[in-house]
Amino acid sequence: MITLGRKPHNYLNANYSPWSWLFSTDHKRVAILYLISITLFFFVGGATAVLFRLELMTPRGDLVISETYNKLFTMHGIIMVFFFLIPSIPAVLGNFLIPMMIGARDLAFPKLNLLSWYIYSIGGVFTIAALVSGGVDTGWTFYTPYSSTYSNTAVMTAALGIFITGFSSILTGLNFMVTTHTMRAPGMHWFRLPLFVWSNYATSLIMILGTPVLAISLLLVAVERFFRMGIFDPKLGGDPLLFQHLFWFYSHPAVYIMILPGMGVISEVITCFARKRVFGYEFIAFSSLAIAVLGFLVWGHHMFVSGQSMYAGMVFSFISMLVAVPSAIKVFNWTATLYKGSITLQTPMLYALGFIGLFTMGGLTGVFLATLAVDVQVHDTYFVVAHFHYIMVGGMVMAYLGGIHFWWPKMTGRLYPEWWGRVSAAMIFFGFNLTFYPQFILGYLGMPRRYHTYPEEFQVLNVMSSAGASLLGVGYLIPLGYLLWSLRYGRAAGDNPWRAKGLEWTTTSPPPTENFHVTPVVTEEAYAYSAEESEAEYQRQVEEFARGEETLEESRREL
Amino acid sequence: MTTSDSLYLAHHFDDREQQREAMTLGMWVFLVTEIMFFGGMFLAYAVYRWRFPEGFAEGSKHLDMILGTVNTGLLLVSSFTVALAVHAAQSSRGKAVAWLFGITILFGLAFLGIKGYEYWHKFHEHLVPGPHFRLLDPHNPQVDSRQVEIFLSLYFAMTGLHAIHMMIGIGVFVVMIVLAWRGRFSSEHYAPVEVVGLYWHFVDIVWVFLYPLLYLI
Repeated sequence: MITLGRKPHNYLNANYSPWSWLFSTDHKRVAILYLISITLFFFVGGATAVLFRLELMTPRGDLVISETYNKLFTMHGIIMVFFFLIPSIPAVLGNFLIPMMIGARDLAFPKLNLLSWYIYSIGGVFTIAALVSGGVDTGWTFYTPYSSTYSNTAVMTAALGIFITGFSSILTGLNFMVTTHTMRAPGMHWFRLPLFVWSNYATSLIMILGTPVLAISLLLVAVERFFRMGIFDPKLGGDPLLFQHLFWFYSHPAVYIMILPGMGVISEVITCFARKRVFGYEFIAFSSLAIAVLGFLVWGHHMFVSGQSMYAGMVFSFISMLVAVPSAIKVFNWTATLYKGSITLQTPMLYALGFIGLFTMGGLTGVFLATLAVDVQVHDTYFVVAHFHYIMVGGMVMAYLGGIHFWWPKMTGRLYPEWWGRVSAAMIFFGFNLTFYPQFILGYLGMPRRYHTYPEEFQVLNVMSSAGASLLGVGYLIPLGYLLWSLRYGRAAGDNPWRAKGLEWTTTSPPPTENFHVTPVVTEEAYAYSAEESEAEYQRQVEEFARGEETLEESRREL
Repeated sequence: MTTSDSLYLAHHFDDREQQREAMTLGMWVFLVTEIMFFGGMFLAYAVYRWRFPEGFAEGSKHLDMILGTVNTGLLLVSSFTVALAVHAAQSSRGKAVAWLFGITILFGLAFLGIKGYEYWHKFHEHLVPGPHFRLLDPHNPQVDSRQVEIFLSLYFAMTGLHAIHMMIGIGVFVVMIVLAWRGRFSSEHYAPVEVVGLYWHFVDIVWVFLYPLLYLI
């Protein structure tokens, strides 16, 4: 209801008390709670990376001793994987957008949604407790028997934190899945869903099928540690490989939890800033599902050198290469969408273009790693580190930031400063490549991961990498600054600053608590950007460019 | 929207049918996660059974088959009373729902009591894995006691996890009894009863797999 002289009612000004936030079941407020918590974890995880990148500036261990170094990279892994990447796009953007994209008033289970944030936070408290009570040195993978028998660090506190957080991700997945099935607005049938919803649906599938297996593996480690029951420790008759199988059965699909939602964001952003229908909608939608399904069949490629059977290795190698097919389908479809589009290079689009390039690099090096013989050479080297950072950081973090910029006007009603946005996007792109490209070379030359010292000939590349990391760090701090700034001083965004399609743009910014004043009825497919409109946009840009040339000409004449 | 329509209908659903569909689907999806959760343990069981057949045969002989069978019977009957409760809710008999859930709780507690007795007995026989584990009178003298220990580790981990699920179920039944007694459920609004019933049946089915794997073979 709009009354003159008052701001229209929305989810942000509905109630200002802290309780109304902490006990809100509104999916948009829960998304904001998640946004705040994961941002916190992102910078804690980033700080540990700063420390070990500093250590790696010199070949000798002069800043931290090896044990501290082990704890640093373990914490970096645990926090970034379980407390940033896995919840990042699903729990923030997915929470905020999925109900709006399908025309619903909320997720199917709003209370479970709030509960998932509390579970996440409790898990986070345990992990922080593990960090301050001396840290963990097992690596984020908790390999047994080191984690279950030998390590004298806070293994169980950290594992408990991850165990608990796992349930928040299960609840999110469950909620998304049921919501997508039962809460769609009239006319929103499956093939009108935005691709962001499809990719989050595929992600939910992994969260539901994979996360419980991680939970049980960590539970078994706990049982072994506390009761000395022999499940994984060979001295007690157990089998350490069983842990690796169980762990990677979750943790390999989990890396697709950390990329699929990002692919969803890219599909939204590319279509909007190319002003074109997406190329091959069904292919992109089904390739998400294909990645989710294939993702469950490839865990053995983490264990090529663990002594598993050679034939198992060959099968895992082959299926791992198959994952490249749906991934490539997506990349080709995005590029085909760009072809002959009216492209504008706003900040979200810069992130999306960065994503395509970096994801392709990360994906192709993944094929190298899936090749048995090559993997034996580069296993546990910086090549692997660079590969997965190209996917996780170059892919997911770029997509996450692109998404945050794209939907920031919807979430807050304010525009971020465009110039700063472009500068930091460019800085992150260059910083990222400077950090991780040298690591491909380091790994190929044989520098193993997880050591705090290295031979002198690797120093130049390591210094390059550390220099890139500082650029990257600054690149991440700038958006933190200007996004906060824009909350107060940013220009009012209006309901649809990008003239984007999709139900979330049809409502006011910020949206009202119930999302839509009237339940929408969907009559057209997603991404109905028309050719005429695109042509008009092209003409507008040509004229703008011509005007710019004229002014340039005038100023020249004046000189 | 009339009053009876909006009663117990959460604000974000359009109608009761949508709400019921969402709740039931939600529970089914949750049960899928539970299958994966228990699945990790069943995998461990399969791996070690294949690797240590003698140890597992020996360990199985140290379990009390009669008590296991009685417990199986108790759980199956409790599933029946739950099914009756769902039926009672569908025909708006709230008091009957409360009574049937009450009986289910009794069966559940009896199960847990017997299970507790079995655990206590194992403790006395030094069959709890850990530093005090002793295999005192093996049926097969050649067997490696460490293999038997692994069997018993899995026995405790699997039945323990199952028992925790039963305790949660019993706790939920207590809440449901209060709600049913207050007349919350009717032929129009019985989804919660149905959903809790699904959960209990699942817990039963897990036992139906545990019983032969641990006690019989």
